[in-house]
Amino acid sequence: MAFTETRAGTQKTSWLAKNKLNIAPWLFLAPALLYFAIYVVVPIFESIWLSFYEWNGLYRADGTSTASWVGFENYVKLWDDPKFWISLKNNVLWLVLYMLAVPAGLFIALFLNQKTPGMRLYKSLFFFPFVISQVVVGLIFGWFYNPDFGVVGTIWKALYCEETVNILGNATFKCSRAAPDILSSPEFATYGIIAAGLWPQIAYCMILYLTGLNNVAADQIEAGRLDGAKGWKMLWYVVLPQLRPATFIAVVVTVIGALRSFDMIAIMTQGGPFGSTNVLAYYMFETAISEYGERYGYGSAIATVLFLIMLVYISYFLWRMYQDEKGAH
Amino acid sequence: MFLKTKSALAALAASAAMTTTAFAGDLVINFDDLNPGPKQAFEDAIAQFKSENPDINVIVNNNDREAHKSAIRNFLTADAPDVTSWYPGNRMAPFVDAGLFEPVTDLWAENGFNDDLAAIKATMSRDGEIWGVPYSYYQWGVYYRSDIFDLLKIEEPKTWDDLLAACAPMKEAGVTPFTIGTKFLWTAAGVFDYINLRTNGYEVHNDLTAGKIKYTDPRIVKTMENWKTLIDECGFVDNHASMSWQDAIAPFANGDAAMYVMGNFSVDGYKNAGLTYEQIDFFQFPEITPGLPRAEEAPADAFFIPTNAKNKEDARKWLAFVARPDVQTKWNSTMGQLPINSKAEVGDDKFLKEGFATLSTATGLAQFYDRDAPAAMAKAGMEGFQKFMLDTSTMMEVLTRLDEVQEEVYK
Amino acid sequence: MFPKPIENSSATVRTGYQAFVPVALFIWLLPMVAIFMTSVRSAEDINSGNVFGWPSEFALVENYIAVFERSQAAMYLMNSFMITIPSVVISVALACLAGYALAIYRFKWALPLFFLFVAGNFVPYQILMVPVRDMSVQVGLYDTIQGQVFFHAAFQTGFCTLFMRNFIKALPFDLIESARIEGVSEPKIFWYVVIPLMRPAIAALAVLIFTFVWNDFFWANVLTQGESAKPITAGVRALNGQFVNNWHLVSAASLLAALPPVVMFFLMQRHFIAGLTLGAVK
Repeated sequence: MAFTETRAGTQKTSWLAKNKLNIAPWLFLAPALLYFAIYVVVPIFESIWLSFYEWNGLYRADGTSTASWVGFENYVKLWDDPKFWISLKNNVLWLVLYMLAVPAGLFIALFLNQKTPGMRLYKSLFFFPFVISQVVVGLIFGWFYNPDFGVVGTIWKALYCEETVNILGNATFKCSRAAPDILSSPEFATYGIIAAGLWPQIAYCMILYLTGLNNVAADQIEAGRLDGAKGWKMLWYVVLPQLRPATFIAVVVTVIGALRSFDMIAIMTQGGPFGSTNVLAYYMFETAISEYGERYGYGSAIATVLFLIMLVYISYFLWRMYQDEKGAH
Repeated sequence: MFLKTKSALAALAASAAMTTTAFAGDLVINFDDLNPGPKQAFEDAIAQFKSENPDINVIVNNNDREAHKSAIRNFLTADAPDVTSWYPGNRMAPFVDAGLFEPVTDLWAENGFNDDLAAIKATMSRDGEIWGVPYSYYQWGVYYRSDIFDLLKIEEPKTWDDLLAACAPMKEAGVTPFTIGTKFLWTAAGVFDYINLRTNGYEVHNDLTAGKIKYTDPRIVKTMENWKTLIDECGFVDNHASMSWQDAIAPFANGDAAMYVMGNFSVDGYKNAGLTYEQIDFFQFPEITPGLPRAEEAPADAFFIPTNAKNKEDARKWLAFVARPDVQTKWNSTMGQLPINSKAEVGDDKFLKEGFATLSTATGLAQFYDRDAPAAMAKAGMEGFQKFMLDTSTMMEVLTRLDEVQEEVYK
Repeated sequence: MFPKPIENSSATVRTGYQAFVPVALFIWLLPMVAIFMTSVRSAEDINSGNVFGWPSEFALVENYIAVFERSQAAMYLMNSFMITIPSVVISVALACLAGYALAIYRFKWALPLFFLFVAGNFVPYQILMVPVRDMSVQVGLYDTIQGQVFFHAAFQTGFCTLFMRNFIKALPFDLIESARIEGVSEPKIFWYVVIPLMRPAIAALAVLIFTFVWNDFFWANVLTQGESAKPITAGVRALNGQFVNNWHLVSAASLLAALPPVVMFFLMQRHFIAGLTLGAVK
C-alpha cells in the first residue's frame, strides 16, 4: 500500500490499474449494498432502538416525534402480557406442526418419483399450491371451514340437520347438534389455520425432495440392493443420507415459513377469536398499525423478540454455509 | 430517524405530494366517506358553502373511511388540510395530546353552540377546551322483525323483564331471539354498552371507559350477569364469532332471528337483504334498573382544524357553517342520519324519527365503547366480551384480565 | 433410482399406479377444484345452497365479468403488475452485479457481506415494518406503487444475491482469468463473459421473484392505505368484504389473483424449479 501511494501522484492510471481488482468489487457491490442497507439492515437496528421507546406513531405539529424513552419497560410488559405468551405458544405450535410438511413432502416425492408417461405434468400439478398466494389459500380454507355455507357446514347439514320451514315459511335448517365452528374455536382455530398452511408448504418440500431424488447416486442404490436393503431400510440408510442437502433446505424454509406465518391468520381469523390464534408476526402488526394498535414501541419489542428467535436459525444456517465455504476453499 | 426533527423531510414530502399548491383563499377539506348517501350530502353542503362564500376556493379530498383513519396520522403533520373530518371522544385524544388539533372553544361561544350542540359538548371536550364541531350522529337500539312479533303477538318490550319474557315464545317458535356477528368484535361492545348503560347509567359508562372504576367492580359484574341472563334466556345465533355484522343480517332477513342490537346505518343492510319497512321496526333498549336516567349510544362525526392548517380563518367559517340548523337538516336528511343541532329538523323516515325521539330525550350520549375507551383498552375489552359470549363461565376470568390491562393502559 | 422403478413391477402394479396418481392428484387439488367450480356457479346456486352438486348452469363468463364490473379488480391486477415487474427487474439486476462481485473477487469482506445478504433475506418482516413505513411516509412513497416497488426490490436483492453468487461461483473461473490476461476490462468481462452464462439463472430468478412479489400481502397492508395502490392480493381481501356471501364472485376474484403466477410457473416451469432448488439445494 505504502508503495502504491508514493507512486500514485506520478502515475495515476497505473495506480488504478494496479488496484482495479480491489476497487472493482466495491463498484459492483455498491448499488445493491447501499439499497439493501437502507431498506433492510438499518431498519433492523432502528426497530430494536424503537423498542425502548413508547410511541403512538404521531409527530407533533412542528415535526418532532412524540416518542418517549422507557428503557426496558416494553419488555417487562411483554413478560406479563398473556397475549404475548399465547402468540409465542402458537408460534411453537406452528413450528412443530409445520415440520410435518417435511416428511409429508418426502412421502409425496417418493410416490411421484417414477418415470411413467405424463409424470412431469403430474409433478408440476402437485406443486401447484405453492405457486398461489397464501391469501387465496386462506380464503379457500376459510370457506371450507365455514359452519354455515362452507364444506364443513354442508357436510354437517347432511349428517345432523333437517330442512324445515321457519315461522315465516322460509327454508331453514334444524340441527340436532350445532356445527363445529373451527375458526371461531379457541381450541381448534390454530390447528385449522396450520392445516391450511401445510398444503402449500408440503408442495414446496415435495419439489425440493424430487430434485434431490434426481441426484441420488444410482450406483449406491444398486449397491444397497445387492446388500439386501429394501423398503424402509433402504430409505433410511441409503437414500436419506444422500438427501441431506434437500432435507436441510426443507427444514430451513419450513422454519422460516412457520415463523413468518401472517397472511393466513390475517385472512382467516385476524388473530381471533379473542386473540387465541395470534402469532408473534400478527400480534406485532396488530399492536403497531391496526385500528386498535398504534403502539409502535411495544410492537417493536415484539418484533425484536421474533427477530431474535429467527436469528437462532439464521445463525445456524450461516454456520452451515460457512462450513461449506471452508470446505470448498 | 423517529426521534429527531423531521421537518426537512416532511417539507420535501409535502412539496412532492401536493399537486395543487394551496394559496390564500384556498380551503382544503379532507373528508372520509365515499358511500353514496354521505358523499352526496357532503358535496351538496360544499356547493352551498361555495355559493355563500364565492371568494373561497374550496378544495376537497374525499377518502375511504378506513384509509382516512390511517392517513390522518400522517397528513396532520406532513401535509395538513385546513379542515378534516374525525371523531370525538377518545379517538381525538391522541391528536389533541400531540397538539395536532386547534381548539375551537371560542367559536362555540361566539356562535351559541354551547346551547345548540349541548348534547355533544362533553365528548368534544378535552383538557378544558373544545376541539371540533359535530355535524351528524345516529342512534343505536334494537331493530326487530315486526312481522315475527305480530305473529307471536309480542309487544315492543319496555323493560328487561318484558324482553326476557318475549324471548320464550320466539324460542318456542324456533326463532333465535338475537342475531349478531362478532368476528370484528365491536358489535359485542354495543350489547355490553347498552346493558351497562341500563344497569348502571351514564356515569358508570364514562368512569369505566375513563379507567376510573375496575372491571371487577360489583356494578360491572352486575352488568355481565345481566348479559349472561340475556344469553341464557334469550340467546344469540350460533357461530356468531365467524360472522361480520353484514353476515349476521342473513338469519335476520330469513326470519331465523328476530332482533338485532345495532346502529341505524344497518337499515341499508336490511333493505339490501330484501326487507321492507313493513317487516322491520325499532325499539329503545329496554330499561333494566328502574328509574335510571336513560342514556344512549350516539356516535358522532365532526370536523376539526389541524394546528398546521394554513387557512384557519376560512376553516372556522366552514365549521360554523356545518353547525347551522338549516345545513344540518339538509345534510342529515340526505345521508339518513340525525342532526345534532337542537334547532335542526329530522328527515322524514321511520327510523330517523324513532332515533330523534330516542336521542333528543336521552340524558347522556355515549360515543360507543371503542371510541370512549383508549384503543388498547377497547381491543382487550372487546376480545374479552367475545370470549364471554362464547363461554359465559369465563366471566370473572375475563374481568380480572381486563383489570390488568386497565392498570397498564391508564397508568 | 428410489423407490424401485415402477416399470420393473408387474403389469397390475403398473396400471394400478398409473390409475392412482390422477386420483391422488384430484384429492390433493380438491380445494382448487372446489373453488373453480364455485366460481362458475350462478348466484342462484349459491343462494339455494347448491354448493357441491353439479352447477345448474355455467356462469363462468358472467361471474368473471361481474368481478370486473362490480369491483376494482382490473385496477388491482394492473397495480400488481406495476409493482411486480419493476421489482423483479431491479432486484435481479442489482443481484447480478453484487453476486458477481462476491463470487469472483477475493477480498476479505466478500464472505461477511455475502452473509449479510443471506441473513437479511431471512429476517422477519415485522422487524422492518415500522421504520420502512415511517421512511416511506416521510419521503412521500407511502400509499404509492413506487413505494412498494422500492421495498420489494431491496428486500428481494438479498435472496437474489444469495442465488447469483452461488451460481457464478459454480461457473468455470478460467474463463474470467483468461479474459483478464487478455486485458479485458472488468465491466466488459461482466457484460460479455459472465452475463451470457447467467441467462438460465436470470430466468429462474425472475420467475421466482415474480411469484414472491406477486403473492405479497403483508407489505401491501403496511405500505398502502387506500384502493389506488393496492395489489390484487390485498384487493381480493377487500372484495371478500364487499361481496359478502357472494362466494362465486370471491372465488372468481381469487382465481384471477392466482392466475398470473400459475401461468408464469407453467411457462417457465423448468426454470422455476431450477430456481427454487439451485438457490437452495446445491
